[in-house]
Order: sequence, then structure tokens, then C-alpha cells
Amino acid sequence: MNYTTTEIWVIIIALGIGTYLIRFSFLGPLARMPMPPWAIRLLRYTPVAVIPGLVAPLVLWPVATDGQPDAARLIAAATALALGHFTKNVILAVLGGGAMLFLMLRLIGQA
Amino acid sequence: MATSSTKSAFWRGFRDGAPFIFAATPFGLVFGVMATEAGLSLAEAMSMTVLVIAGASQFAALSQMQDNAPVVVVILAALAVNLRMAMYSASLSVHLHSAPLWQRAVAAYILVDNSYAVGVSRFERTPTMPIDQKMAYYIGCAVPVWVFWYIASYVGALVGQSIPAGFALDFIVPLAFIAIVAPMIRTLPHLGAAVTSIVAALGLSFVPYSLGLLIAAGAAMIVGSEMERRLASSAS
Repeated sequence: MNYTTTEIWVIIIALGIGTYLIRFSFLGPLARMPMPPWAIRLLRYTPVAVIPGLVAPLVLWPVATDGQPDAARLIAAATALALGHFTKNVILAVLGGGAMLFLMLRLIGQA
Repeated sequence: MATSSTKSAFWRGFRDGAPFIFAATPFGLVFGVMATEAGLSLAEAMSMTVLVIAGASQFAALSQMQDNAPVVVVILAALAVNLRMAMYSASLSVHLHSAPLWQRAVAAYILVDNSYAVGVSRFERTPTMPIDQKMAYYIGCAVPVWVFWYIASYVGALVGQSIPAGFALDFIVPLAFIAIVAPMIRTLPHLGAAVTSIVAALGLSFVPYSLGLLIAAGAAMIVGSEMERRLASSAS
């Protein structure tokens, strides 16, 4: 991470204000405005539209290996995905993925 | 007596919201650890937690920061994750719009996935609830997660500071994200949106300033909502 202290605070405060305005929007200034169905439909997909795209490059081109694809990390990611999908248990998925990474790094070694 | 029934509405909400402590606490811990590992100070990590109280977007901001994305892109990507809250705001407003503005301003601050879900499902079952009780119930269901979110982030940040830097925790960010998103993929349109997001983000990784992610997210939202619309119209 390579930011000045000012930049970090700009990020924190802008994110705080922006998030609050999104939350307050229809409870406050836009309270009388009905939201069109197409907008509700579109907004429903924001988390699944943003997070996978955010995470895919991190998995495929890890920072720790200077962007070289790494079998141990791919297997760990697949483990977390499977655990998350089948158990719906977030903490189990993180820990399971972490344990798999630890194991794989010992078995195959760092790429 | 109005006050006692308002009070009991608060505690009913509190009881209904309490189980979500178990979901929020691990998230808060992981966020705290990750934030300090990424290089944020305790004050910075806690300010983000208090000002934003939205786990997924805080993770999004951190991972973009670890990638040294431009400040504007960090902010936009993290805000994009929170856009769904506009939808929560609109659907809560149907039930809470007659409350005083300052109460709605407080309600907005603590609007998160679970306070929305618990609140709206109660109001839809008992729409005749008086407005002061609705507000009390809603605040009550948000309080447990709200408080535990702060505490867990704080403990996580303290733990994170005591872990030596570079202790192979780099990959906890992607793992936490995968764990968050995997249970969200419940329907075919969700899957379509997720796949579009991955393919487009990887394909557009050459686009400068990490803007590829924002384009990919926009495309994925359109794919998800179009799939939903077409599936619904072919079913009817």
C-alpha cells in the first residue's frame, strides 16, 4: 500500500459520506419518490456484480507472487468457494481456505 | 401505555437482530486484522468502521488500496458495492416515511443487510404497527450487530498490529471475499452476473486506473437484471 496519510483520510471520509448518502437517499430527500422496478432489479445485483470482478484478478494474479498464477492459492480459493457455497458459513469458508493454503504451500511450495 | 409498548418493540427487535452477531463478529475481526495488515493505523481502521459500517465495501476499499489503485477508483469501487443500499432505503421508506426526519437520519446510518432484512420482513407481516413502534423495532434489531461490529473490528485491529507484517496474510482478502459472495449466488441471474463480472474484469485488466472493474460491474448488473426479467417473462 502506497498512499499518503491525507489520501487515506480522503478515502475513509468520502466512503463514509457517500455510503451515508446512499442509505439516506430514499429515507430522506427522496422519500416521496417511488423507485422504478428496473432500478430495483439492477441494484439487486450490485454485490454479485462487483465482488467477483474484484476478487478474480487477486486470485489469478496474486500480489505475493508478483502476479504469477499459483496452484496453492487457486486450490485455496476453490476450497473457500466450495465451503461458502455449500455451508453458507463465512468464517468456516475463510478458515478452510486458509488451512488449505497453508497445507498446499507446505506440499507444493511457494511458486 | 405508548412508551412501554415502544420499549417492548425495541426489545423484540433486539431479540430478532441478536443472532446476526454471530455473522458480524467474525467479519469485524477479519476486517480489523486485514486493515492493520494492509498498513492502516488503528485510528484509520476504526474511523472507516465507524463511518462506513458496511463490511463488503470496507473489504473492497482495502483490496483496491493493497493494489495501489487511484484514490477515486478505490472510492468508486467501494461505493459501488453499497449501491444496493439505495434499494434497501427505498423499501424501508415505505414503512418508515412518517417518522420524524432525525429518526430517519439515524435509521439510515444503521441500515445494513440484516437490519433491512429483519425490519422489512417484520413490517410486511404487521403493517398496522404504529410508526413509533416500527422505528423502535428497527433500531432494536440493528443495535446488536452495530455494537458488535465496532467491538470486533477494534479487537481485530489490535490483533492485526501484533502480527508481524507479511505473515502470509495477503491471501485472506480474496478468501474473505469469496466467503462473502459464495452464499449470495442463489439464482441463475446471480450466477450470470458473477460470471460476467469475472470474465469482464479479467478481460479489461489492461484498462488504466482499474476502471475495468467498474465497467465489468456495470455490465454484470445489466446481465443479472436482464436474465431475471427474461426468466420472469418466460415463466408467466
